[in-house]
Amino acid sequence: MNDYFRKYKNLMMLTVFIGATIIALIPLFGVLGYVVKNGLSALNLQFFVNLPKAMGLPGGGMANAIAGTLIMVLIASALGIPIGILAAIYLTEYDRHSWLSTAVRFATDVLTGIPSIIVGIVIYTAVVLKMGNFSALAGGLSLAVIMIPLIIRSTEEMLKLVSHSIREAGFALGISKAKTILKIVLPTAAKGIITGAMLAVARVAGETAPLLFTALGNQYWSRSLNEPTASLPVQIFQYATSPYKEWHQLAWAGSLVLILMVITLNLVARYAFRSKSI
Amino acid sequence: MGQTLSVRQLEAWYGSNKTLKGINMEVASNHVTAIIGPSGCGKSTFVRCINRMHETMPGTKVKGEIILDGKSIYDQDPVALRKMVGMVFQKPNPFPSMSIYENVVAGVRLNGMRNKQNLQGIAEKSLRMAALWDEVKDRLNYSGMSLSGGQQQRLCIARALAVEPSVLLMDEPASALDPIATTHIEELVRQLKEDYTILIVTHNMQQAARIADSTAFFLNGELVEHGATSEIFTNPNDKRTEDYITGRFG
Repeated sequence: MNDYFRKYKNLMMLTVFIGATIIALIPLFGVLGYVVKNGLSALNLQFFVNLPKAMGLPGGGMANAIAGTLIMVLIASALGIPIGILAAIYLTEYDRHSWLSTAVRFATDVLTGIPSIIVGIVIYTAVVLKMGNFSALAGGLSLAVIMIPLIIRSTEEMLKLVSHSIREAGFALGISKAKTILKIVLPTAAKGIITGAMLAVARVAGETAPLLFTALGNQYWSRSLNEPTASLPVQIFQYATSPYKEWHQLAWAGSLVLILMVITLNLVARYAFRSKSI
Repeated sequence: MGQTLSVRQLEAWYGSNKTLKGINMEVASNHVTAIIGPSGCGKSTFVRCINRMHETMPGTKVKGEIILDGKSIYDQDPVALRKMVGMVFQKPNPFPSMSIYENVVAGVRLNGMRNKQNLQGIAEKSLRMAALWDEVKDRLNYSGMSLSGGQQQRLCIARALAVEPSVLLMDEPASALDPIATTHIEELVRQLKEDYTILIVTHNMQQAARIADSTAFFLNGELVEHGATSEIFTNPNDKRTEDYITGRFG
């Protein structure tokens, strides 16, 4: 009797777990499926090479938005990846237990949770208003601000995984601390650090809110980094909220391209740099 | 050539815990000196003071004097000192991101030597001294992690020798290894004393008896007795030494 009851409970729980998993997956696949279905029909070569066209003209594209997203993600990476990694090195290797590193760690945790629109407003006030115009630089900067805490945390975790005995072995050979870290500890953790950085890049590539306040958007090619610049997420937002059906189609195509970019980055991060040993 | 070491009134702390309580000891050059004693007696702390690794841990403190080749080690830059005092750890710890070859020359290369021919010469010489050359000469570009535990430990010895220290500290170098690998390491230690002053911490008293010229017995942070190995094991002066080596405690 008892045995029967135990098996029955077991089966019940299993059913609940499977049910919850299915419910969790419905919106995920729903979103992906919907975007692919609507996006695929609107996607063509013109989408990748043409500028947006005025309402009613056929063959508009999002070439400038794709380029803008790539440029701003590049700016964000150039700023955020080195700063994040170097700060993480300081926190783990030089100052793991002081009040300063505890405070920085707390601040990074808070920053990772802050809504990105707030970062946008801050950069708008601090940079856009001071410089007098929206720009790719301000957009890249706001993405970098979102990236840095993510990279600090992931790099820190990876550096902590490197055994202390590896560092001691370096010191015991008469290698200075800085060289031990740069040439021995960092290469040992490299795969994990790169993976963390790529996931952070993927995360900011889809940010919309901070770019609305910083890069604004542009219907044409930007001639310099100091001009309003189009980006995929903002373009999607503007087209999707417009009243025109053709623009809705383009927004779907843009969504599909954006999702593919993010998925590609995720897959590369997961598989290309997956560590084989240790 | 090995160098003599003299240790005077050495005291060391981990936080408020005093692990060495005034050690006085002379270490002869080109000898193997074994440090024995129960767990927690300060043997590891003692050797870690000699290359100033003890101080790298947060919350530690050292007092006293260690004279190497006529100069106090505390007047020297610790990074420079560690080129003269090499160390092999309990668990083999090759650098995971480096090949066998890169591991061996890591010390000299990261300190600025670029000449490929010199580096290759150093790698071969060090691996031969560590009795590993014949086993790895055809796969120098393989990862250091691809070797067996015993081979990894000899790789770590080769890596320490490549820097050409005069003193070699070994902190239980064979305790993580199987008996055959242990025999290899012991054989190696006997050969290396031609060129180095060797201090070896060991839990294994048979090992101390087999390889050491002199043996020091530590207990609760004090040096109880230090003398010729044959004396310590057959006719110790101190009752506590006798109790320990006959297995009455520890």
